[in-house]
Amino acid sequence: MSKFLELPQAIESYVKNGDLIAMEGFTHLIPFAAGHEIIRQKIKDLTAVRLTPDLIYDQMIGAGCIKKLIFSWGGNPGVGSLHRFRDAYQNGWPNKIEIEEHTHAGLTNRYVAGASGIGFAVLKGYSGSDLVDHTKNVSEVKSPFSDEVLTAVAAINPDVTILHAQQADKAGNVMMWGITGVAKEAVFAASKVIVTVEEIVEKFSPKFSSIIIPSNLIDAISVVSNGAWPSYASDFYERDNNQYIAWDEISKERENFSKWLDDEIYSKSTAGKK
Amino acid sequence: MSENLNSTWTADEMMTIAAARTLKDGNTCFVGIGIPSTAAILAKSMQAPNLFLIYESGTVNTNPQKLPLSIGDGELANHALTVVGMPEIFNYWLQSGRIDVGFLGAAQIDKFANINTTFIGQTYDSPKVRLPGAGGATEIAASCKEVAIIIRQTTRTFVKQVDFITSMGFGEGPGSRAKNRLRGGGPSRVITDLGILEPDPETLELTMTYLHPGVDINQAIKNTGWELKVSPNLKTTKAPEQSELEKVRALVSTSDK
Repeated sequence: MSKFLELPQAIESYVKNGDLIAMEGFTHLIPFAAGHEIIRQKIKDLTAVRLTPDLIYDQMIGAGCIKKLIFSWGGNPGVGSLHRFRDAYQNGWPNKIEIEEHTHAGLTNRYVAGASGIGFAVLKGYSGSDLVDHTKNVSEVKSPFSDEVLTAVAAINPDVTILHAQQADKAGNVMMWGITGVAKEAVFAASKVIVTVEEIVEKFSPKFSSIIIPSNLIDAISVVSNGAWPSYASDFYERDNNQYIAWDEISKERENFSKWLDDEIYSKSTAGKK
Repeated sequence: MSENLNSTWTADEMMTIAAARTLKDGNTCFVGIGIPSTAAILAKSMQAPNLFLIYESGTVNTNPQKLPLSIGDGELANHALTVVGMPEIFNYWLQSGRIDVGFLGAAQIDKFANINTTFIGQTYDSPKVRLPGAGGATEIAASCKEVAIIIRQTTRTFVKQVDFITSMGFGEGPGSRAKNRLRGGGPSRVITDLGILEPDPETLELTMTYLHPGVDINQAIKNTGWELKVSPNLKTTKAPEQSELEKVRALVSTSDK
């Protein structure tokens, strides 16, 4: 089977109810179109991991796709709260969600362990924070070589990781550049990988700070131009900061949010912003 | 209007300028978003053009020309020496002790400069107000050689006991950082809209060492949720110069928000 699929087919083939799913992209290259397709297909009971849940998980939480959130910074960057996350966590709407909270350093290292195929990673982290009392998958470990005591974090291995990138080539390799966050780690940690891309090119030309994800790590590629909107894709479009600001109002009340869900997601076919 | 430009300023402008002045040229600085980021970018246009700025998004030695709304704005990546993955940022740059100054904001702070960005009121499982959480702050507070905190001073933010320690300052006082195996030196100053606090060298309790021009010490005492210690050598912050005000206003005017 070719790995070049239409987005609905890619999601249907690789994302199942109850999966542990990672949709990464640190502020940049957030796979919004894929998230919207998951909402449209009414996939449920996901355990969703992301350093910054951002608007994408706020939307999926509000739509009832997520039962557990694993994260390390849960705000609307530069704006304020994620209202749908808070409503689900504090009031159980549309369903109660469980949370597992980390620090960026800790969750990054959970991906590193997952990518490395080992059970845990070690770091100096969480120390002095009350977070350790509330967060599973964090423990202490003593060095076998000295008296050093370190923090251990359990590996995380998503059933499926979804990313957005700028380009794929015809052989099914993917190139992304600009801020790439934990993209590489999330790919190596996962059983299945879906990547949405802005475009397909004949051959990659080198870009500043680019990384390449070879074809043999990827299960499906879907071309979705503007697939990261309202986040951004460096050299394609800028972050739509006004949309992030507008989200505060759209998401504050359940009724407004439900209308947004009907108008912008359920009544549209798959695509980024046109 | 313009002739008054150098005679008045807002409390936030004073706070941002006071924070920017404390950064040394050539230092390596790990920056959080918001006022810390504004102050760090401002410092680069003032006394610290060679400030080496690192953001948790992976942008290394970045020179943004306008204020980023988020920590991963393209503005930060496009003006960076290099952009790296997050394991490099947290494990190699931060954890290994290569950062001189961490620059953080907070929702609550106590007298030992422990900070809370997790929740306000009631309990963790059922909070009155849920905040974003730790992000990079816990390990920034742990591992940088020193930490500067920027926060407005009110009884809501300067509290007797924080509802949650997201990032440790001096814990319960002398010995707490060592007990928790924190590598960095901890908070060296807290810059507010009213003045500057520094830890007492012995007790480590935050002590008011500077008041901004026009601020009365009673105002600082009234806006602090614990019995505020005041330095016997309390000084007045130098008033903003016109060039500093022009720079901070120009910078803030580039923001989308």
